[in-house]
Amino acid sequence: MTATTADQHHDHHPTGITRWLFTTNHKDIGTLYLWFSFTMFIIGGLMAMIIRSELFEPGLQFVDPLFFNQMTTVHALVMIFGAAMPAFVGLANWQIPLMIGAPDMALPRLNNWSFWLLPPAATLLIASLFVPGGAPAGGWTIYPPLSIQGGMGVDFGILALHMMGISSIMGSINIIATIMNMRAPGMILMKLPMFVWTWLITAFLLVTCIPVLAGAITMLLTDRHFGTHFFDSSGGGDPVMFQHIFWFFGHPEVYILILPAFGVVSQIIPTFSRKPLFGYTSMVFATATIAFLSFIVWAHHMFTVGMPLTGELFFMYSTMLIAIPTSVKIFNWVSTMWRGSLTFETPMLYAIGMVFLFTIGGFSGLMLAIVPADFQYHDTYFVVAHFHYVIFGGTILGALGAVYFWLPKWTGHMYNETLGKWHFWLTVIGMNVTFFPQHFLGLAGMPRRIPDYALQFAEFNMVSSLGAFLLGLSQIIFLINVLKTIKGGEKASDRVWEGSTGLEWTVPSPAPYHTFATPPVVK
Amino acid sequence: MQHIHKSQDKFFKNQIVSIESNNRRTSIRLAIVVVGMFGFGYLLIPLYTVFCEITGINGKGIQIANSEDTRERGNTVDLNRTITVEFTGAVMGGLPWEFEPAEKVTIHPGETVQVAFKAHNLSTVDVVGQAVPSISPPRATRHFIKTECFCFTTQTLAGGESRDMPLIFRVDKDLPDSVKTITLSYAFYRSESETASHNSKAVHESNAGNRDSHLTSG
Repeated sequence: MTATTADQHHDHHPTGITRWLFTTNHKDIGTLYLWFSFTMFIIGGLMAMIIRSELFEPGLQFVDPLFFNQMTTVHALVMIFGAAMPAFVGLANWQIPLMIGAPDMALPRLNNWSFWLLPPAATLLIASLFVPGGAPAGGWTIYPPLSIQGGMGVDFGILALHMMGISSIMGSINIIATIMNMRAPGMILMKLPMFVWTWLITAFLLVTCIPVLAGAITMLLTDRHFGTHFFDSSGGGDPVMFQHIFWFFGHPEVYILILPAFGVVSQIIPTFSRKPLFGYTSMVFATATIAFLSFIVWAHHMFTVGMPLTGELFFMYSTMLIAIPTSVKIFNWVSTMWRGSLTFETPMLYAIGMVFLFTIGGFSGLMLAIVPADFQYHDTYFVVAHFHYVIFGGTILGALGAVYFWLPKWTGHMYNETLGKWHFWLTVIGMNVTFFPQHFLGLAGMPRRIPDYALQFAEFNMVSSLGAFLLGLSQIIFLINVLKTIKGGEKASDRVWEGSTGLEWTVPSPAPYHTFATPPVVK
Repeated sequence: MQHIHKSQDKFFKNQIVSIESNNRRTSIRLAIVVVGMFGFGYLLIPLYTVFCEITGINGKGIQIANSEDTRERGNTVDLNRTITVEFTGAVMGGLPWEFEPAEKVTIHPGETVQVAFKAHNLSTVDVVGQAVPSISPPRATRHFIKTECFCFTTQTLAGGESRDMPLIFRVDKDLPDSVKTITLSYAFYRSESETASHNSKAVHESNAGNRDSHLTSG
């Protein structure tokens, strides 16, 4: 055992519910975030099951069209703001202090508040399904005029978004303050683990773009109730302007979802290749470049609104430019594996799967960036396939890989490798069976967010639905595996993995309640 | 493994104090960024309006209610070019009107033209509407000059009333050569607030006896 842990406090903390309500401990809050995220993942997943059941066959079977639209909208909001973002904030809470040698997050009480805003926000969002008029049904992008015309469910949704936004802004301020001020002596910025770097950049994206979303939805709210006409053309407003403001937030948001997953993969691949990360410096700069570019490409989401040719060309080329720093990252991961001493434990499988599937999503993104082609793809299932490859294939696989990677450190037990591999293969097969046919559907012209479709789309939709059921069911294996690991299992060593490097592997497994009360020295 | 020396220990204690003030400073700076970006979201609206005025992309066009300007500049007509101007009209939900656009016209740049749109109130009560124009292609917007238009103000149609609504416009001679056809489209919206205030005035003026007719349709 190392000297760092010798003089640590005992793990004294309140027990029962108050431990979790009042906690300011980064590990407790990380755990809360991760469980919250998983709960939202299941709720959002059930909504996806309803969507895919309805689309299993042409015609209207189970739900009426309005409810279907509520499902697509709330599924997206729950998955993005409830599952994907909190998953990575949870990982940041657990890992960043451990990885930079800090005793806790910089602002522990703010941290508690950041988390505890989320459950009421999620409740509000889900509750909107049960109010008269139902939940927001105009798509997660809440475009006016539909979002101005909707019932009180839209207000529920807007307030939920406000709360989740405040939560992530506070979380980001905390993460930036932690990384800037709490690093162990010797931990200079260019020695930061990649996961910490990607989170630093993500947090800056969050503090700059979430307030813009907050502004946009506040304008929606005043348009709805206080007689303003920001987006109401009868009063001189402009609904297209909402799209500009929304996507000024929305595109950086896409990178907020993916950059921390890049960071996770940059931790996992070197560990299981038993080689240092190839091109660390270029990784850092590629991440920063992607973050910068994310602010000047927003209008590629709205090529069809009728913008001038110059605008279309600018946004097309700037979007394509993002492929360059992204490829730098992909080539670096591949080069890290090149001639490495590879083993394929579950986290490594997830990391490789993420690189592979994210690349497919990246390529379909390039197709969507081409203006004349986008006019055909716009609002079709091709877009749905694209962003699910990026968000499920990239973000979610990254998060799942991270859980397998660090779970032994958190619980002190090894997870069941067989179950982990089953979970990986079923998830990846389920995901591809679900979303790959959607490329074909989109290219053939099937529009998104519609509960019925023409007969020629029947076969691919059935395949896609079957894949979705497999994908949904296989997440039960994950839950079982995690619960089993928490309860018991093979004792994990402090280093856990043969090729692991970094401060988090110098503390015991399971990580004690307080770590690095005395900062380690990084050489 | 790591030996904590006495000097280092003291160093760490000093560190804690400075870390706390650093954290406070970082948080305050970031909070300023957050507030600034919230404001930036609102700033995007005037920026957008200015941008659209300069580039003409949202098709609002130029509105001059000044007849002198028309006479003065309208004298020079470019007879060598002809432009087709098409009109479309749409009635948005909640407005119980029929709205028929003018026939398309062929004009010369510089020439002042008058056309009429027809509007008919299908309901039995007074309704106030507001037309919102849009011109395409966007590069023609800055060269399309309206000197009189029913869209300059709200329009009130009594129950069952029909009316011709005039539009006087000309197309500037600087119109890019590539533009052969211009489409002017109007969306007619019900003005809720003005309809309400108009009708409440009407109710007050007439006796409360015929209130029913105001309530039966709408």
